[in-house]
Parts: sequence; C-alpha cells; structure tokens
Amino acid sequence: MAKVLMKGNEAIGEAGIRARGLCYFCYPITPQSEVAEYLSKRMPEAGGVFLQGESEVAVSNMLYGAAGAGVRCWTSSSGPGISLMMEALAYIAAAELPVVIVNIVRCGPGLGGILPSQSDYRQAVKGGGHGDYQCLVYAPASVQEAVDLMPLAFDRAERYRNPVLIIGDGMIGQMMEPVEFKEHKFPPLPPKDWATTGCKGRKPNVVNSLYLDPYAEEKLNLRMVAKYEKMKKEEVRCEEYNTDKPYQALLVAYGTTARICRTAIHKLGEEGIHVALLRPITLFPFPRQRIYELAQKVDWVMSVEMSTGQMVEDVELSVRCEKPVHFFGRTGGVVPAPEEVVEAVKKQLGAGKGGQA
Amino acid sequence: MKTIFKRPEALAETPTHYCPGCTHGVAHRLIAEVLDELGLRERTVGIVPVGCSVLAFNYFNFDCQEASHGRAPAVATGIKRGRPDLIVFTYQGDGDLASIGMAEIVHAANRGEKFTAVFINNAVYGMTGGQMAPTTMPGQVTTTCPAGRDVEQVGYPIRMCELLASLRTPGFVERVAVHQPKYIIKAKRALKKAFQYQADNRCFSFVECLSTCPTNWGLTPLKAVQWVDETMIPYYPVKNFKSPETEGEGDAD
Amino acid sequence: MQTEVVFAGFGGQGVMLAGKILAETGMGLGKEVVWLPSYGPEMRGGTANCTVIIADEPIASPIVVHQRDSVVMNRPSLEKFVPKMRAQGYAIVNTSLIQVKSERDDITVVDVPANKIAIAAGTGKAANMVMLGAYVGATGIVPFDALLEQAKHVFQKKPKSIPVNVKCLKEGYKLGQAKGK
Ligand SMILES: Cc1ncc(C[n+]2csc(CCOP(=O)(O)OP(=O)(O)O)c2C)c(N)n1
Ligand code: SF4
Repeated sequence: MAKVLMKGNEAIGEAGIRARGLCYFCYPITPQSEVAEYLSKRMPEAGGVFLQGESEVAVSNMLYGAAGAGVRCWTSSSGPGISLMMEALAYIAAAELPVVIVNIVRCGPGLGGILPSQSDYRQAVKGGGHGDYQCLVYAPASVQEAVDLMPLAFDRAERYRNPVLIIGDGMIGQMMEPVEFKEHKFPPLPPKDWATTGCKGRKPNVVNSLYLDPYAEEKLNLRMVAKYEKMKKEEVRCEEYNTDKPYQALLVAYGTTARICRTAIHKLGEEGIHVALLRPITLFPFPRQRIYELAQKVDWVMSVEMSTGQMVEDVELSVRCEKPVHFFGRTGGVVPAPEEVVEAVKKQLGAGKGGQA
Repeated sequence: MKTIFKRPEALAETPTHYCPGCTHGVAHRLIAEVLDELGLRERTVGIVPVGCSVLAFNYFNFDCQEASHGRAPAVATGIKRGRPDLIVFTYQGDGDLASIGMAEIVHAANRGEKFTAVFINNAVYGMTGGQMAPTTMPGQVTTTCPAGRDVEQVGYPIRMCELLASLRTPGFVERVAVHQPKYIIKAKRALKKAFQYQADNRCFSFVECLSTCPTNWGLTPLKAVQWVDETMIPYYPVKNFKSPETEGEGDAD
Repeated sequence: MQTEVVFAGFGGQGVMLAGKILAETGMGLGKEVVWLPSYGPEMRGGTANCTVIIADEPIASPIVVHQRDSVVMNRPSLEKFVPKMRAQGYAIVNTSLIQVKSERDDITVVDVPANKIAIAAGTGKAANMVMLGAYVGATGIVPFDALLEQAKHVFQKKPKSIPVNVKCLKEGYKLGQAKGK
C-alpha cells in the first residue's frame, strides 16, 4: 500500500479500525481530540461503534462493560482524562479484561498545559490505579510505529487478558509523517469463554473483581503476577542506535525524546564523541537486561526525558546501581533541543575526566 | 460630570482572549457589575472551570480557584461549608456542567448548597475545538457529530434549568440570554437575584446564560446572534423556573 | 541531505496548508518527511507555524532549533524565525505585509509581494501559494511539476479554486527562481 501523510492522532484512529478495534469510546481532550474527530466520521463507515461519553469516568467504565462482554474496544485521552480512568483501569486489570488505552501525554500535574510531555511515565508504568497490577505499556517514537503498535496492542491485550497502554507524547499525536498500514498477522487468540455473552449452553460467567476471601484474592494476584513475569520474558521490545561501534556513553530515551537523542548523537559523532542509545519500546516490561549489558562498556548512563526524571529510576534499577545514572530533561511542555542533549553529554564527559584527574 | 460607563471594580483591566462575538465577556461583566452593586466583591470567591473561560481568574478582580473539569460545584461546596460567610459562585460551560460535571451540579443543587452557579450554554465544547456537548442542538454539526447531532443515537439536548427545577429542594433557577441588549438587562436582574439569595443565605441559585460560540458554530458574530434567537431560544425557553418562594414545588412551567 | 523549513504567519494565512503540500510533494518523491505544527492554547487569530523536514535518510529529531529556511508571511514571524536560521539558508519574505528588512547578510532573502500577486490573480487567500511557489523556485527543494500536481490534488475538493492557486504557485515560482539560485 502506498504511504499517506497523516497526523499521528488520525493515523492512530485509522490503525485502531484496521486492527478491528471497532468499538471506541471517548471524551474530548487536547492534544488527542483528533482521534475522536477522525473516528466520528470513520467508525460509522467501518460499521463500528463511536460514542462520546459524558466523562472519562464513564468512558473507562464503558470499556469495562464492553470488554467484559467480549468486545474489542479502546479509547484515547490525555493526562487529566487518563487520571479519571484510573479507577476503572484497576477494575479492568483485576477482572483481567483486554482494553487498549492511548494516552497522548500533555504536561502536568493538574490541568497543566497541552504541550508534549512524558510526565505520565510513572502513572502508566508503576500503577496509577490502586492495587497489585501492571499494564503492558508501549511507547512509539514515530507515527508509523504508533500505527504498527496498535494491532500488537490489541493482540497482546487479548492474549494476556490485560489492559495495554500506548503512551505517545503530544508530538506523536500532532505531527504528520508518512504512514503505511501494513497487514499484521498473529497466531489465533484463545477464545473469550469468560465473557458475559449470554449463558446459553454453558454455566453463567461473571466479570468481577471482588474477592472477600483473602486466599482467593491472593490467588488472583499471583496469577496476574505470572502474566507479568511472562511479559517480562516475552514482550520486551527496544531499539538500539550506535551500539555496534565503541561508545563512550549510553543514553536511554523513549518516544520523541529518543529521536532528539539520535540527532544529538549524530552531532556528537561529528565532534568525535561516540555515544550510543537504547530506546525502550515497551516501558513495561522494561528492557532491563539489555540496558545492563550495554552499560558494561561505559562509565555512566544518562536517561533523557521530557519530565523531571521518572524513567531514570528504572534505568538505575536496570544497571543495578553499579554505575552512575545521570538525568537530563526538560519539562512543562518544553521539548529538549538536540543541542541541549549534546551539551549535557559533553558536560558529563568533562566532569568524568575532571574526576579522574 | 457624571460617569455613565466605567469598568466595574470586580473586573480586572486585562483584555480577554475570547474570540470576536463571543459572549463569555458579557457574562463576566454582568457578574462583576452585580458583585459591585451588592458590595460583595471583597468576600467573593469565584470558581473557574476547564473550558474557554479557564483563564477567567485573570479577568475577575477578586479571589478565584481553578477547579478540575466539571467539579466546580464540589469545590464551591467545600468552600461554602467551611466558610459560609464567603460569597461563592461557579462559572461553568455546558461540557463542564452538563456533561462531566452533571453529578456534582445535581447533588449540590439537591443539597441546597448556598452558592451561585452561572452556567454558560453555548451548545458546544468551545476550548477543545467544537465537539458535541450535551446541549448541542438536534442536527447541529460539530467535530464529533459531523453528520449533525442524531437524537436517536445520543438523545436530545439536556435542559439543565428544567432538570434542576424538578428537584424538591428549594432554589432559584432561571434561564437568561446574553447575546442581545434586551436580554442582557434581564440577565443582569436574574444574576443580581441569584447573588442576593446567596447573600441572604436563602438557597442554591442557578442562572443559565444562552451564549454564542461563533468560532465553533462556523458563523459570523451577527449570524451567531440570530442562531441563538432562532434555534436555541425556542428549545431553551428564557424564563424563571423556580424561586425559593415557590417552595420546591418543582413546577417546570 | 536534510532540509528544514518553517512556514509562519497569522492564523488563517494558510501556512499550515502550504507546509502540508510541500511535505506531501516530498513524500510522493520517496523522501522522508515530517510536518510538525506549533500547537498551543486556543489563540485564534494569533500566529501559526509549522516545520517541514525533507530528507533522504530517516528523520531523527522532529524538533529543529536552527532551521535552514523560512517562509514568513507576517512581521512577527520574520522577527521570530529568521534570526534562528542557519547561514546559507533561504528566507522567503512576504513584503506585502512586512516592511522591515532582516539584518542578516549570510542568508538569501527573497522578497515576494505575495498578497499583491494573489489579489491580482483573483484572491488574496492564495498568498500562501505564491510564497510556496517562490520557496520551491528559490531552493529547488522539489521539482516544480511535482509540487503543481500535489497542489492540484489537494484542491480537487474545490475544483473552482484550482486555477487561481496554480496561477499563484507559478507566479511565485518565477519570482523565486529569478532571485534564488
Ligand atoms: C478530565 C478532563 N477531560 C477533558 C478535558 C479537556 N477539556 C478542556 S475544556 C473542555 C470542555 C469545554 O467546553 P465547555 O465546558 O462547553 O466550555 P466552553 O469552552 O464552551 O466555554 C474539555 C473537554 C479536561 N481538561 N479534563
Ligand atoms: S471558542 Fe467559542 S466559547 Fe471559546 S472564546 Fe471562542 S467563541 Fe468563545
């Protein structure tokens, strides 16, 4: 298929439809309203469901209901709206329902601003809702990757019976890049024999997260943990840049920030400074092992983020605190320029030399 | 020399960011005039919403709090319960009040919270770029109902005054319009009553202002005024729905 | 090779569309492209700008601090974006609305009375196409034929507007070619 130039938000909408995510609930919020606006036109054409709910609280519970009835469903939102979905997300995780939630992250906390940010990392990766649960979290770095991750997200949500989050900063939603909607093939999915589809010919199914018996709750918790362990083994995705040559420093960055780092690395290379990059594509599970291995060749690692430093903690854990992990970031909707990353790396390299002398 | 027109003290000197032909500014001014006339400015706290008027705290010259989307009535309740001596009002759009904040406004009204809610009904989500609101008119085109509001799918526009007037708890509920001078005079009278009831510690008060959003309606300011007259007012009758005097009969006629 | 150009002007001057047509033309030629809008709180009637990047290699950072070229349609845009340009870049300046001159002597400035030309061609609204034509004329960043084809394709929905937009692109192109390379 020929490439088309599309805005990230619209491309995500189209990718959702092509991944047969034909049931979409939403509530408007900048910078992702174009997903909803696009789908308000496209969904009826595709024979799917488009509904604007009265709030994100309602939307997330619509997802709970639809997913519980075995329907492939999804939504998109941004910070303040995602926060309102956290209650339902905890219920969705506990009831082990497959749901895809796209968060086009804006800066916060509170109402914050509508400019790009990566400040919802902790909310996405460490919980956000209450209780012992994890979401599988993907972080695309381009419109094409966002489009490619949508079908994967639906597949994994249903395969693991677990919510999947796609975290894109505001730029992924707003920029236009050429995209190609490829065919994605997956092995057959397990039947949804747990869904509330009417009990004709079988025992009634119940979608529930209430466990008054502590042993039953513990059993659920452990079953969920087993899923997360499996994800850690099988679902880690990351991309490397410049790791095939000798390098003096290792950067870790995801989403648009990783692209900014690549330009910075290119500029540093022109000055004879060799730096490598690891870009996590899954934020949970986190590419811990690979970061550990890559960190063996350098004195320090740097996490570069559009936040005040959230992923940096996971990078520290990845290198098992054996090496210093530095942080560089801009926040509040300010996007770091490649030149700033160059400076931060040089400063750190200089500091390292000073320390040795 | 007699001054016949001046900026109310309760209005700051900051120029607003509203689009040409938007009536948010008119509503701000009326509130400011009323607060000045009733001498309430220095003990007023305004709760501004998430919507185009999100920066209203810059335009008012009294204390304000910014609420999260739809929650202004709960924030107002907190203030009013903790400090009953303060004069508290919420200023909310139709997405804010009638969609995401529906629970908060209904319960605040039902508890008879003694604050004033000013409800700006412009039949659309303004700030986020013109999506459908619960108040969007049947057939009206918005960015999330490109084929026009289909009442079979999403129901009819919500009439907030009628809904709140049906509550047994006494209150003051009136719908006004702020798009034309003859309506503006009445609007001011209603707002003044609303704040007076609050100052007298009488009841919850609610004033719905039919407003314009030329930008998202895709109309010129002049055509937008006409649209309020021809499309909104026939569906949203401009009148008083309830006064504490009618003692909660909930008569919506 | 990677070229970045900022299109900037008032909201309503069509800078976003001009940028989009350029990006689509580049894509049609098999190049890597990014179109990045400025997006901010609803400030209607304020300034609008977008950055277009056209490259042979996959594009890393979509954010550029020092773009090579600028197409500026009003004075605030000139003041904001021309100082950020790299040396040897091209600045296409709408002299119908911008009376001041840039002080830079290390870039190529192409003066284009875009509104005047567009009004003469039939509608002031097509000033963005004059600017786009001039930019392509001055830089040769994409073949003009490809640009024309793409523009026609974009205006297909409003066939009546095609002739005037094509005329504006051509007029702009001539000016750009004469003053550019
Ligand atoms: C929880 C949450 N969801 C969504 C938004 C995005 N949002 C900002 S303003 C707004 C609605 C504005 O419409 P309205 O209340 O009608 O006021 P208007 O702008 O028309 O004055 C929305 C949905 C938000 N800020 N927070
Ligand atoms: S978008 Fe509508 S409601 Fe918002 S300021 Fe403009 S006219 Fe007013």
